[in-house]
Amino acid sequence: MKIIVCIKQVPDTTEVRLDPKTGTLIREGVPSIMNPDDKSGLEAALRLKDEHGAHVSVISMGPPQAKEMLREALAMGADEAYLVTDRAFAASDTWATSSILAAAISKLDYDLIITGRQAIDGDTAQVGPEMAEHLGIPNVSYAEEIQLEEGSILVKRQFEDFSHMVRAKFPALITALGELNTPRYMTPGAIFDAWRNKEITEWNRADVPVEDSNIGYRGSPTRVAKSFPKTMKSPGMKIEEGVEESVEFILDKLKEKYLL
Amino acid sequence: MDFSLTNEYAMAQKLFRDFAQNEVAPLAEEVDENHRFPTETVALMQKYGFLGIPFAKEYGGQGCDYLTYALAVEEISKVCATTGVILSAHTSLCAGAINNWGTEEQKQKFLRPLVDGSKLGAFGLTEPEAGTDAAGQQTKAVLDGDEWVITGNKIFITNAGEADTYVIFAMTDKSAGTRGITAFIIEKGTPGFEFGINEKKMGIRGSATRELIFRDCRIPKDQLLGQEGKGFGVAMSTLDDGRIGIAAQALGIAGGALDKVVAYVKERKQFGRPISAFQNTQFKLAEMKIELEAARYLVYLAASKYDKREKHSVEAAMAKLKASRVASYVTNLAVQLHGGYGYIQDYEVERMMRDAKITEIYEGTSEVMLMVVSAALLK
Repeated sequence: MKIIVCIKQVPDTTEVRLDPKTGTLIREGVPSIMNPDDKSGLEAALRLKDEHGAHVSVISMGPPQAKEMLREALAMGADEAYLVTDRAFAASDTWATSSILAAAISKLDYDLIITGRQAIDGDTAQVGPEMAEHLGIPNVSYAEEIQLEEGSILVKRQFEDFSHMVRAKFPALITALGELNTPRYMTPGAIFDAWRNKEITEWNRADVPVEDSNIGYRGSPTRVAKSFPKTMKSPGMKIEEGVEESVEFILDKLKEKYLL
Repeated sequence: MDFSLTNEYAMAQKLFRDFAQNEVAPLAEEVDENHRFPTETVALMQKYGFLGIPFAKEYGGQGCDYLTYALAVEEISKVCATTGVILSAHTSLCAGAINNWGTEEQKQKFLRPLVDGSKLGAFGLTEPEAGTDAAGQQTKAVLDGDEWVITGNKIFITNAGEADTYVIFAMTDKSAGTRGITAFIIEKGTPGFEFGINEKKMGIRGSATRELIFRDCRIPKDQLLGQEGKGFGVAMSTLDDGRIGIAAQALGIAGGALDKVVAYVKERKQFGRPISAFQNTQFKLAEMKIELEAARYLVYLAASKYDKREKHSVEAAMAKLKASRVASYVTNLAVQLHGGYGYIQDYEVERMMRDAKITEIYEGTSEVMLMVVSAALLK
């Protein structure tokens, strides 16, 4: 079985800091990590490899720095790594990203593609399902459990208060939830191998069979109208005293803030 | 000359740091409080290859090196010195001795399970009457047909009872002094091999420290390690290597205490200001940091000498002496900067200060380190 896992390097923060001028994320000074849902997707692939035998490739679209994350994936147990990188791909939205990644993946053999549900920097959850559309294969999103069958995969798909059991014939794409598993650690020896003995295949614009009209800023139909940081409301306070004590407490608080 | 860690070392360091934070730190207080050996952490270290870091892949090891192993001991000891010494004694003293002195058959039989994560190791040299004076060994081994018969006691043995494989030393010719010492490999469960009570210690309380008791313990002739009468050399060179592990442990303890105290002084307010605003605090932190970094380079130097297959006895002694002193110095000041809170168990620096002391004592006291360094100077 051949599995391709799509992984993305994201800033390690849930605090969104935006550049007030451009409305884009400020990435400087923020350490980068493998997107958590993607890491669970990789772990799911590695467990299928451990239990049933599989060849696991990881692929990422991003700047050259993303190689470090790809080495981390190799050190966790992935067999091969691909980086799709070119200035022409910069500023791609989900449509352009999924077009580029699908085109790159179309060059490879696969039974199963696993992506994370969504990346913590953009939270769109669109790239995985869009890739399945481009490739013309079934897609099962929000996988919280998976089970390998003969030529297909059985996926427990999470909804708010119920689940679907969905069976998809190979080749198929699933998007993984963080709840799917707890990703393994790397091993020291595999880290050394990843840096010293393994190559990352780099694919540039010319290597990816995708239309110019579907890449980069020009190929991106999405326009961000406005970005702004959320203003946090201060948490409320619950007073569970008797009526008189509560009233007194509230009056004190109001006086404290010079509202009375 | 480049003093920065290259990519693979930096990533390994991050792995050890994440592992220490997620898996080791949550248990550290309880392990110390209850003098409990952290079996579950050892199982995880076995699973992720931490027990075979500097050993060749052909024996099931990770194929990394001593610097990587030192980074592992350091990061783990930052949060739990108990777990650090379990890793160090196993790697340097037991697996390392068999790796460096064992025959091919011994490596296949004893080293492989130690480094592929199925067994834990220990090392027994010290006796009630033979500490620094290793030639005062009372434990004896007598050849009887195809078997060695071992009789005697070893004390203060790290990992004793928990470990499966032991490298121990015994006199095969009492009249020959240090030239009468021979090393042996003995497995737990061998008839005549038992353990004494677990010692109650000042620090590293979760680590097992027990007596090894040999009563006419018979082992096959081929479990002699190295050559007959050459055990003193095995012990001394193994301890040279072990000192790099202990130095890394001391470095970790100091680094852990510095992390804690830097966080504390920013929060603790006196006279209306965080105590980090006072120059006394600032200068103390700077002194601690400078000492820590000075020790770090000695430790990494000793490890890289080992990795280049160069002599490293003096570097290991300097590293252990400096790092263990720094561990005691930094943890002591960390407690001082915590004031009264530093003296109670709710703050981890109390444990770290107790843990630090042993690094000045075991695998050669600070005085032995001075002997090693001065002997090399005056040679």
